[in-house]
Amino acid sequence: MKIKKGWYALFTAPLMLVFFCVVVIPFFIGIGYSFFSWDGLAKHRAVFVGFQNFINVFQDGRFISSALRTTVFTLIAVLTVNILGIFFALVVTTKLRVRNLARTMLFMPYLIGGLILGYIWKAVFQEYFLNIGWGNWTTDSVKGIAAMVIVTTWQMAGYVMIVYITGIMAIPNDVMEAASVDGAGYFQTLFKVKFPLLMPSFTICLFLTLSNCFKIYDVNVSLTGAGPGNALEMYSLNIYNEIFSLSNFGYGQAKAIIFFLIIAVVTLAQVTITKKREVAM
Amino acid sequence: MNSTKFGRVLLNTITVLLCLVYLFPIYLILTNSFKSRAQMYENMISLPKSLSLQYYASALEKMNFFTSVKNSLILTVVSILVIVIFSSMTAWMFARSKNRLSTALFNLLVATMLIPFQTIMMPLMQEMNWIGNTFGIKMTDSVPGLIFMYLGFGAGMGVFLYHGFVTGIPVSLEEAATIDGCNTWKTFWSIVFPMLKPTTMTVIILDVIWIWNDYLLPSLTLKSTGNRTIPISTAKFFGQYTISWNEAMAALVVTIIPVVIFYLICQKYIVEGVAAGAVKG
Repeated sequence: MKIKKGWYALFTAPLMLVFFCVVVIPFFIGIGYSFFSWDGLAKHRAVFVGFQNFINVFQDGRFISSALRTTVFTLIAVLTVNILGIFFALVVTTKLRVRNLARTMLFMPYLIGGLILGYIWKAVFQEYFLNIGWGNWTTDSVKGIAAMVIVTTWQMAGYVMIVYITGIMAIPNDVMEAASVDGAGYFQTLFKVKFPLLMPSFTICLFLTLSNCFKIYDVNVSLTGAGPGNALEMYSLNIYNEIFSLSNFGYGQAKAIIFFLIIAVVTLAQVTITKKREVAM
Repeated sequence: MNSTKFGRVLLNTITVLLCLVYLFPIYLILTNSFKSRAQMYENMISLPKSLSLQYYASALEKMNFFTSVKNSLILTVVSILVIVIFSSMTAWMFARSKNRLSTALFNLLVATMLIPFQTIMMPLMQEMNWIGNTFGIKMTDSVPGLIFMYLGFGAGMGVFLYHGFVTGIPVSLEEAATIDGCNTWKTFWSIVFPMLKPTTMTVIILDVIWIWNDYLLPSLTLKSTGNRTIPISTAKFFGQYTISWNEAMAALVVTIIPVVIFYLICQKYIVEGVAAGAVKG
């Protein structure tokens, strides 16, 4: 189909203009900022410091422990979210009469935003746990992480469940019948037939959970905050505090650039690896 | 015969009970929002003895709830409207005119979906302030400014989803319309756009969940009280007052009511949209 240049511009230019303005330009300005030292005040000049910000990052104890904490959190949460999500998907794809009701209830938490979820669970981990004598989890450096894992799992399990359901439904009936004719038991079918055929769903869900968990911010802010001695501060909140609370704009931006690099490398690597293990239907 | 039937009923009942246990935090905030303070700390999991609405009244007032709902509604609806209009137009153009520029811009849109918001938040705010100071267009602490930013951030996902769908529909209808004398504008809006409805639903659902619940971006730009969205006024509520948990729980219940209504009305679309978005994204 032949389209005139004028129409092409009219259809695409407005969105591209906004997109460049909001995403592309700030991204490059951001790379620039990361080489400067600046306190964010217009009257103060930014000083070029080269790679100094990136070097300082590795000597910043608060940052290092926050990044490690986020990594540990992500590894645990990715596991719990996906295990629970697969389990839910297997339950609601059985012949149970209540499967649709169950699906509705299990998916609900995903629609409530992370910030509100954090506050809802604060009622549990703080008020209810104090009430029954289990102590306040939201201010404890270990139990606080556990609390965040639980809230994230609660939020995301129903979401990945939906993706796994789509994957399970796509498995042709004759494959399952063939397995049962060949005398495969429930667990044999599960591990030898269903799971290998679910590899595309694994790829998607691992990607979604990896990047979402690593970027955790809302739940961190509402459930625990940075915690005593910043012992519960996650990577995102660390960037936010560095820039907007401590006014180290250049240094905080360097952390933000590293944040992007980690997410890009890890998620791309994960997609490449799991894609290789997908089997043809 | 009877024992298998009994087993089935038992299994169904257990599943529903477990799902109810799963939603325990919701029950906790619901039941305690009606209790008096003394009653609440006496037994947090009991049902309320009487239905007192006093905490709801004070929570609604302190959160400025109805203004927040109005702000959130306007922000979400208008943002999604512009995202749908502009990304469908752009995606169609990219798919139908296969030149190097289209491919490059499309790839850029998709690639930037990997950039976490934290990486560009600071330079974005700088740029928006700069636009405000230089051109006198208020971009920060302004709802239109925020809508502009949502359009930029929503472009990647929107164009990507529409592009995938357009590639799958035959071009012959559009050619026929052109021969009948429709210009490009009319061809798009009267022939193509109606066919894109499934993708439009997906985009709407995904963006409602995202924009309605988004906290970090609005918290950076919307500073005045009158502009606050639901997540922001909830965060302010929890930050500002020495929390009376009865009131806080009432506040949380009312903030999730719009989400629950949305879920009950559009459940089918939501589940389909989320699945489609995840699988294609």
